Amino acid sequence: MKIVNKLALSAIAIVVSGGLMLTSCNGSGSGTASKSDTTDNTILGAGATFPNPLYSKMFSEYNKSNGLKVNYQSIGSGGGIQQLTAKTVDFGASDAPLNGKQDSALSAPAVHIPATAGAVVISYNLPDLKDTLNFTPEVVAAIFLGEIKKWNDPKIAEINKGVKLPSTDIQVSHRSDGSGTTNIFTTYLCKVSKDWETKVGKGSAVNWPVGLGGKGNEGVAGGVKQTPGGIGYVELAYACQNNMAYGKLKNKAGNFILPSISSVTAAANIEIPADGKVSLTNTDAPDGYPISGLSWILVYKEQKYNDRSLDKVTKMLKLVQWMIHDGQQYSGALNYAPLSAKAVAVGDAILKSVTYDGKPVLQ
Amino acid sequence: METTVDNNLITRPENILGRVITSAKIRDAVKGIKRIKRSHRQIKAENVFRKTIILVALATVVLVLGIMLTLILQSVLSVKASGIGYLWGKTWDPVRDIFGAYPFILGTILTSFLALFISIPFSFAVAIFLGEYYPKGWLPNLLKNTVELIAAVPSVIYGFWGLAVLVPIVRSFETKIGVAPVGLGIFTSSLILAIMIIPYAASLGQSMIKMVPANLKEAAYSLGATRWEVIRSVILPYTKSGLFAGILLSLGRALGETMAVTMVIGNTTLIPKSIFAPGNTMASVIANEFTEADHPVYLSALIELGLVLFLVTVVINLIGKRLTKQFTN
Repeated sequence: MKIVNKLALSAIAIVVSGGLMLTSCNGSGSGTASKSDTTDNTILGAGATFPNPLYSKMFSEYNKSNGLKVNYQSIGSGGGIQQLTAKTVDFGASDAPLNGKQDSALSAPAVHIPATAGAVVISYNLPDLKDTLNFTPEVVAAIFLGEIKKWNDPKIAEINKGVKLPSTDIQVSHRSDGSGTTNIFTTYLCKVSKDWETKVGKGSAVNWPVGLGGKGNEGVAGGVKQTPGGIGYVELAYACQNNMAYGKLKNKAGNFILPSISSVTAAANIEIPADGKVSLTNTDAPDGYPISGLSWILVYKEQKYNDRSLDKVTKMLKLVQWMIHDGQQYSGALNYAPLSAKAVAVGDAILKSVTYDGKPVLQ
Repeated sequence: METTVDNNLITRPENILGRVITSAKIRDAVKGIKRIKRSHRQIKAENVFRKTIILVALATVVLVLGIMLTLILQSVLSVKASGIGYLWGKTWDPVRDIFGAYPFILGTILTSFLALFISIPFSFAVAIFLGEYYPKGWLPNLLKNTVELIAAVPSVIYGFWGLAVLVPIVRSFETKIGVAPVGLGIFTSSLILAIMIIPYAASLGQSMIKMVPANLKEAAYSLGATRWEVIRSVILPYTKSGLFAGILLSLGRALGETMAVTMVIGNTTLIPKSIFAPGNTMASVIANEFTEADHPVYLSALIELGLVLFLVTVVINLIGKRLTKQFTN
C-alpha cells in the first residue's frame, strides 16, 4: 500500500506542476519583466538549442571580463520567439527567421542579428565502406522521400564511381522533435526538389514519408549508428564530436563539398540583405557547403518597453556586439563556423539601428 | 419480528455511545476549568485541521478541473480547424496544418494494452509469491525491494537501456521471425512499458493477498484443498477487485509514460501495420513537438492531443471502476 500512497502523492505533484505550467503559458509576462528590472546586471535570453554550447561559452567569458550575467534558456527557437513576443526575455534566439505569423504576433518590430552559423551533415552507416560518399541534392531528396531504397541504387552508384556499394536497405532516421536542424534541412530540400516541396514542405517538424524518428541529435545519431545501412541528418558540431561518417554534397556551383567549419563560413560569404534575414541553404558561394544556416539573436527595434532602463539596454546591445566580434573566437573549438566578414558588417549595421526612446543606443 | 430485531441492533450501539459521551462529560466537568479550556483549544485545532483537509482536498479537484478547462480552452482553435475528424484523421502534417490524431491514439492504446498483457503474468506471480508462499524472510524482502525499485528508476534510464540493450535483441529476434529488422517500434516500447508497470499491480496484489483471512484458507485446507486449489478458489476470488485495481493503476502509468517510449518507439506518423512496426503515442508526440510548435493552430492541435489523452485516461478509469464493482458483487 505504501507505493500506492507514494503514487498518489506524485500524481498530485504532477497535477499541481502541470496546472502551473499551463497557466504560466497563458499569462502575460509583466510579472517576470518587472522582476528582471530590479536586477539590472542580469540579461535574460531564451531560444534555440543549437547554438547553446557556443552561447554558454560566450556568456561565461563575457561575464569574466564585464561582470554581466546572462541567463540563457535553451528552450527551442519556437519557445524563444514566444517568450520574446510575451516580452518576458530581453532577447530571443532562433535558427530560423521569424515567419509571417510570428512576425504579426509581435507587438513591435524586431530585428535579426546573425550570431553564428552551423551546418547539417548527412551521416550514414556503411561499415565496410572506406571512401567518403558523394551526394547530389536529387539523391538526398529521393532517399528521404523513400524513392531510393537500396544503397547500390544506380543513382547513388553514378555519382560514386569506383566505390563498391553494398545492397543493404537504406534506413532513414530523422528528428522526432521539432528542431531548427530539421528546419534548415527541409528548407534546403524544398529549394532543390520540387517533389519535396509539394509532398512534404519545410518546417521545424514535418510529415516524414519514410524513416524512424529519434529525439535530438543523439537520437538520430543512435538510429544511424545502430542500423547498418542507416542514414540521417545531424548538426555538423555533433557529427564532428562523435566521429560520425558524413558525405560530401554537391552545391549550386556543381562542386562536391565536405561540410567543415571553413566551408560553412564560405557559405555565408554572400551578399547578405540589410535585415540579416537570409537562408544560406543552397548557397551561391562556389566553395560553400549547401546545407548551412545562420542562427540569429532577436531583439525589439525599439528597446523602451516594460520600464527597461537605458543602462540595461546598452549593456545588452554591447553584449551582442561583442558576440559577433570578439565572441567569434570561441566558435572553432566548439565546431561552430565563425561569421563571415559580410555577415558581421550587416550585424553591426542592424545593432546600430536599434533605438531607445527613438534615439540610437550604440554609436 | 425481524425488523424489530434489526432496530434493536442498530439502536443499541447508539445507546452505548451516548452513555460513553455523558460519562465523559461528567468526568470533564469534575476535572475543572483548566481541562475545559484545553479541550476548547483542542476543538479549535480540530476545526482548523478539518478545514485545511477539506480545502486541500477541494484544491485537488479544482486543479484537475482547471487542467481540463485549460486543455479545452486552448484546443478550441484546433477543434475549429480540424473538427471531429481530428480523432480519425490519418495524416499529421504540421507544414500544411493537417492534424489527425488517429495514428497516435492507436499507438497509445496498442502499446499500453500490449504492455499490460505482458506484465500481468509477472506481476501476479510476484504478488502470489510474496503474498502467499514467502511473506517473510530475506529473499522475499530482497524481491519486494527490487520490485519497488523498478518503480523508482527514472523513465529516461529505461529509455537508454531500451535503446542500448533491448533494441539490438529485438532486432535479432525480428531477423529470425522474418519481419523488417528495425528494432525500434511498438513491440519494444511495450516490453519496456511492461517492465515499468510490473510493480504497481504486484505491490497492490501482494498486500491484498496478505489480507485474505487465515480462517478462510485454513477451512479450504481442512477440506483437503491443495495449495494451488486454495490460490485458485479462495485467494484469487477474494482479492479480485484489488488485483484489478492494480492492473488499472498499471494501465494508467502505461498510457501516460512518455520518455522511455519516445526513445524506443520509432516516432513515425505512419499508421503501424503490425506490432513490430514503428509508431508513436500521444504523450511522445506532445513531448517531441511542443517546444518547436511555431504556429498557433499547431500548438492548439498538440494541446488537443493532451485533452484526448486526458479523456482516454478518464474513460479507461471509469470503465475500470465499473468492472471492479461488477467483479466484487
